[in-house]
Amino acid sequence: MGIVSPGFQGRRRPAEPNLPPGQYLTEDFPVLSAGPTPRVSLTDWEFVLSTETGAESRWSWDEMWALPTETPTVDIHCVTHWSKLGTNWRGVSVDTLLDGVDTAADYALVHSYGGYTTNLPLDDLRDGQAWIVHQYDGADLPAEHGGPARLLVPHLYFWKSAKWVRGIRLGLTDEPGFWETAGYHDYGDPWREQRYQGD
Amino acid sequence: MTEQLHPEQPRMDYVDGNMLAGPLQEVFAVDLTTATGRCASCGQTGPVAALRVYSNAPGVVARCPSCTEVMLRLVRTPDSAWLDLRGSTFLQIPMPAESFTTPGPVAM
Repeated sequence: MGIVSPGFQGRRRPAEPNLPPGQYLTEDFPVLSAGPTPRVSLTDWEFVLSTETGAESRWSWDEMWALPTETPTVDIHCVTHWSKLGTNWRGVSVDTLLDGVDTAADYALVHSYGGYTTNLPLDDLRDGQAWIVHQYDGADLPAEHGGPARLLVPHLYFWKSAKWVRGIRLGLTDEPGFWETAGYHDYGDPWREQRYQGD
Repeated sequence: MTEQLHPEQPRMDYVDGNMLAGPLQEVFAVDLTTATGRCASCGQTGPVAALRVYSNAPGVVARCPSCTEVMLRLVRTPDSAWLDLRGSTFLQIPMPAESFTTPGPVAM
């Protein structure tokens, strides 16, 4: 590091206490995408939760939204450095989907319409930390933001909140997903700035 | 970007493979956009410049214009470049004839 002037903090500190290191605030909602936006009709849509034994639980669109929903208001943090605070969603807690599922798995691989995948520890999907959401700001979730439904795991970088979610596969071993096999961090905690492997 | 004539047609969300010239030239000494690649998924063969590139993402994702499967991914971290070519069977790269040496045993 070069010459440090008096009073310099060394590392850039966000003025906003809810802003993780290296992030800036945005008021709009940037659209990031690694491929064409899948168009899934609600009659064809289904969500599949499978365990390490191959047992499957399936929900159609109507079955999913007959479950109790919650309205989380959360901050979201994208690995490309933008954060958006106080976002409003409606969805089903993943706890509700896991209720009664018999598993010894430690890991989850989330998969999406269009082929996207992302991995995370199963514990990070439990205890009110994750939802399958279908509404944003009181309206149906637009396709470019992951509609008809996406995963929401706001305590991790937003690439973990898979758009166009189709299912979750539970497993005994960690299986890296789309960005996790291309240099991005396996866990992705924004408060520890875990952007890339080795962070 | 021009407006779509058909309102139900999705907005074009990618650019063509010429976008890859800068990011790949940082890694390779030659311009790879003039190379010919074969899609490992559908077998389509064509210039890298004709790929569909999604760059508004945590990395650069280049897809086959025929089947839209991923042919190339490039992630630039502060100290490395991660290049994934598993979706490409080969890249045929034009090379100047003067640098050609015949493969085979070296004459003693």
